[in-house]
Amino acid sequence: MTNKNYETVAYYPGCALEGSGQPYNRSTKEVGKALGLKLEEVKNWNCCGAMEVKNIDPEIQTYLSSRVMSIAAHEMGHKAVMAPCNGCYHNLKKAEYDLSHKENSRAVTKRLSEKAGHQTYEAGQIETIHALDWIKDTIGEDGLKARVKNNLKGLKVANYYGCMYTRPRNIFPEKDQGPGSESTSNPHFMDDLLAASGADNVDFALKTACCGGAHTLSDSDTSTRLVSNILQAAEEAGAEVIATECPTCHSGLEMHQIRAEKKFGTKSNVKIVYFTQLIGLALGLSGRKVGIHENISNSTTLLRSKGFK
Amino acid sequence: MAIHEKHLIRPENLATHDNLVIDGVDVSGDWSTFIRTRAVSDYNEDLQVEIAALPGGEYIHRCWQCGSCTNACTVNELNPDFNPRYWIYLIRMGYESELLRDKDIIWQCVSCNKCTSACPRDVVPEGVMKATAHWLELKGHTATSPSTDFDEIFASQVFHKGKIEDGSILTGFMKRSGQPLIQDWLIEMIKGMLRDLPIRFLFNMGWATLFHPKTKNWGKARAAIEEYVAERDEAHRIALKLDKSVDLHGHHN
Ligand code: SF4
Ligand code: SF4
Repeated sequence: MTNKNYETVAYYPGCALEGSGQPYNRSTKEVGKALGLKLEEVKNWNCCGAMEVKNIDPEIQTYLSSRVMSIAAHEMGHKAVMAPCNGCYHNLKKAEYDLSHKENSRAVTKRLSEKAGHQTYEAGQIETIHALDWIKDTIGEDGLKARVKNNLKGLKVANYYGCMYTRPRNIFPEKDQGPGSESTSNPHFMDDLLAASGADNVDFALKTACCGGAHTLSDSDTSTRLVSNILQAAEEAGAEVIATECPTCHSGLEMHQIRAEKKFGTKSNVKIVYFTQLIGLALGLSGRKVGIHENISNSTTLLRSKGFK
Repeated sequence: MAIHEKHLIRPENLATHDNLVIDGVDVSGDWSTFIRTRAVSDYNEDLQVEIAALPGGEYIHRCWQCGSCTNACTVNELNPDFNPRYWIYLIRMGYESELLRDKDIIWQCVSCNKCTSACPRDVVPEGVMKATAHWLELKGHTATSPSTDFDEIFASQVFHKGKIEDGSILTGFMKRSGQPLIQDWLIEMIKGMLRDLPIRFLFNMGWATLFHPKTKNWGKARAAIEEYVAERDEAHRIALKLDKSVDLHGHHN
C-alpha cells in the first residue's frame, strides 16, 4: 500500500554524502534507478548547517536549510525534497518547524535571503522527506517484495536509526500519527523495507540510541563507549549486520568499532552497511554497484557467504 | 531508570569529633558527626539572564524541575554527575559557585536531544547545555572546549564556502585542538580503507587537493551571514558584559 507518490523528487545529498558517505550516495542513486524513481539534485546546494552551526547561531542554520528548500521549491519547482542524511533531513525539518512557529526565524531568514539574492523560503512551500519515506511511500513493502530478485533471507539485521531521525518529536508532525505512520519511540520504516526484502530483522533495543556523533572527534572516548554499547547490543541480539540510514552514524560506528578494539580491547564482528546497500543487493545489484567495497567495515566476505556478489 | 541525583552533603562538610561533650553530655561515638551549616551568599542574580541570552538558552525559564531530561540523558548514563536538571536549577537560582564545580563536563552533551523530546515544558535542555558551556568559556571559567573548537572550524568553513569537506575539517580540528593527526586508531582505519581504494581515501580526506567543494556565487550569502554574526556577537558581548579583549569565537586559557 502506498499513500504518497515521490516518483520525482529534488535530491539533497549534503556534504557528508560527497565525502565519507560516498557509498550511501552511490547506493541511494542506484536503488532509485532500479526502482524507476527520479532524483534531481538540488542545484548549487549548500551545507544545511549540520550539528555545528546551530551552536554558533540557530537562525543561521535555519537560513542555510531554507536556502536549499528555496532552490528546490522555487528554482526547480519541486513539491518534495529528499535527504538521505539524518542531519540534513533533521535540519530541513527543524527549519520548516521554526519558520512556521517563530517570528524571529522568519525575520532572519528573510533578511539573509534578500541580501544573498534569492527568494525567501516560507513554511509549507516544499515537503522534506527521508530516503526511508521515499521508498516506503512510493514503492511500499508490496512493491518492493515484487521487485526483489535476490532475497536477503538468512541475513540477520539490526536496524539502527540514531537520534536525528526521530528527535525532538515536535519537528516531525507527521510521525506518531497511528497505523502506517513512522514512530518516534520505535521507528520501523527501515525494518519494514528490509523485511520486505527478505531480511531477518533482530529485536534490537538500541535503535534510537545515540552514537555520540556530535563528539566523534572532540570527545572520542565518549563516542567510543556509546558506539560499543550499540555494537554489543546488536551482537547480543544475534545481528550479523547493522543497517544504517545516516552517514554520520554509519562512519561513527565504523570508526569507533576500530577505536574500541584499539583503545579498549573490545572487539566486535558485526558489519555496518547502509540500508540502501542492502535493498540494492536484494534488487539484484552487485556489491560493487552499491559501494560495499567502499565501506570501511568490511562486509564482503559475509555477504559473499550469503550468496551476494 | 532511576535518577541518581547528586548528594548535597559533601564529605568536606561533615564534621566528626572523636570526643565531644555538649552541654555537659558526652555525645562521642554515634552522635559525633555533624553537618556544617551551609549558607550560600554569593548568588549571581544575572546568571539565568546571561545564559538565556546565548543561543539555545532562551527557554530556560520554563523549567519546572521534573527531571525528565536527566532521566533520559545519554551522558548521564555514562556519568551520573552529568545532570541537566540540576544545572538548570543552579542557573535559575544563581548558584554560580555550585555550577562551576561541574564546569569541565557540561560541554560533553552529545546533542542527542533525548532531553528535548522528553521535556514537558519545551525548555530545549540540549540548547541550555550548549549555552551554558559557551557561557563558561566566554566568562573565562574554562578554556575553549574541543567541541566549540570543532563547531568554530566547521561553521567558518560553511560561512566561507557554503559547503564543508569532511577531510579538511578533520585535519583542521586536530591542528586546532593540538592533537597529532596520526592516531593509532586512525591508522588502523586508514589501513582498512586502503584495502580497496587508496585513491578514493586520499581524495575523501582532503589530503589530495584535487577538489574543494564549494557553493557557487556564495559571496553575497557569506557577507550577509558575517554581518549577522557580527551583530549577534555584539549583542552577546553586551548581555554578558564582556570587554573587547574576549574573543567570541574561541580563546585558549
Ligand atoms: S525535562 Fe524540562 S521541565 Fe523537566 S527538569 Fe528537564 S528542563 Fe526542566
Ligand atoms: S542532548 Fe545532551 S543533555 Fe540532552 S539528553 Fe542528550 S546528552 Fe543529555
